[in-house]
Amino acid sequence: MTVTDLGDSLGYECMQDHYEDGNVSTGYTSDLLSDVMANAPDESVLITIQAHKNTVAVATLAGARAVIICNSRPVPEDMVDAAKSEGIAIFRTDKNQFTVSTEVYEKLKESS
Amino acid sequence: MHQSFPINADESPPIILDLIYKLKVKDVMTTELLTVGPESSLRDVQHLMRAEQITGVPVVEGERLLGIVSVDDIIRSLDEGYIGETVTAHMSRNLIVLEDDMPLSFAISYIDKYQFGRFPVLNREKKLVGIVTSRDIIVALLVELDHEVVKLEEQVPHEAGHPTAEESTRDFNISSYDFENAGKASTELRKLLIEQGLDRKLIRRAAVAAYELEMNIVVHSHGGRLAFSLSDDTVEITATDRGPGIEDVEQALTEGYSTATEWVRSLGFGAGMGLPNARRVCDTFNIESSKRGTSVRAVIHLPKGDTET
Repeated sequence: MTVTDLGDSLGYECMQDHYEDGNVSTGYTSDLLSDVMANAPDESVLITIQAHKNTVAVATLAGARAVIICNSRPVPEDMVDAAKSEGIAIFRTDKNQFTVSTEVYEKLKESS
Repeated sequence: MHQSFPINADESPPIILDLIYKLKVKDVMTTELLTVGPESSLRDVQHLMRAEQITGVPVVEGERLLGIVSVDDIIRSLDEGYIGETVTAHMSRNLIVLEDDMPLSFAISYIDKYQFGRFPVLNREKKLVGIVTSRDIIVALLVELDHEVVKLEEQVPHEAGHPTAEESTRDFNISSYDFENAGKASTELRKLLIEQGLDRKLIRRAAVAAYELEMNIVVHSHGGRLAFSLSDDTVEITATDRGPGIEDVEQALTEGYSTATEWVRSLGFGAGMGLPNARRVCDTFNIESSKRGTSVRAVIHLPKGDTET
């Protein structure tokens, strides 16, 4: 499933749409960036409330395709800029990490 | 107590001398001037100084400089009760001025010689075009010195490794608490390794090690460097910082042990996973720490002839 397909099917707000539309095969839910760094799988979508620039750096290094910011956390402009230059999508929703994880899981399962 | 300017044309090193002769007064002066006319009262000047937080105001007629009112003049007028009178009666008239084409060295020697807080700057037509304070000079010199240091650093040969035809070496300066740029060095390493066509899992391991070591410098140190070198058979990452050192290295290598502050944790860092993560992904991991600094060498071996298929 591509980033665009996933984004469209979830219907969350897209905060950054200059991304490489690669394949998303799984998700990873964590607010602990060291944990994301160590354990997030390649080609994943990162589900988190950590809405700042460093999240983009970690997502990039971990090979994540997109970041979903939960609980309507404000997304700072420098985070959007960083994501743009790394080609990583940012989505945002008012739902929490648990709900988003189940929704992402369902969409990925449906498409496989 | 007046202190003389620590830079001068007699004893400073050649780079500084170049700068203070190369830079002109017009390169450092403030050109957005707040002035008053001859009809203004000292009270007007006092209000202007307070509102704009300045300590000297030129008195001009058209573009011609008549005098300067300084904070000292205002204090004296308050003391002696003539703050309501016009500036022309009490301003300093015997002014020492600079010309905009003079080298910066003149401004510095004037500051030392006359000990005024500011000098008006005139152009060739004797029109007031700017004002120079010690602060303007210091700021301009710092900016220029910064450029010079960058140039010098670029000339310093990289120390790590013995270069081979296939080797790439990069070196990054990492500043303490600079979350703005944190992760840049590691991202560069990752890009380099992708360009080299290395296996993705291997790239991930190197990225983890580099990122954790980079974040440790940002979060815990007084600043340092992250360097990596890539040869035919290894990726080597070295992280060195300028202290304060790790009190108990064994403890720091234990998962969950953390000395990070509350706000660092609120950003999602400082969970006590950094060093353990970095060590786990490396084939060789050496760490040395004293109060003067910590140095880590992390090596990942490349399989022979490994490129991604």
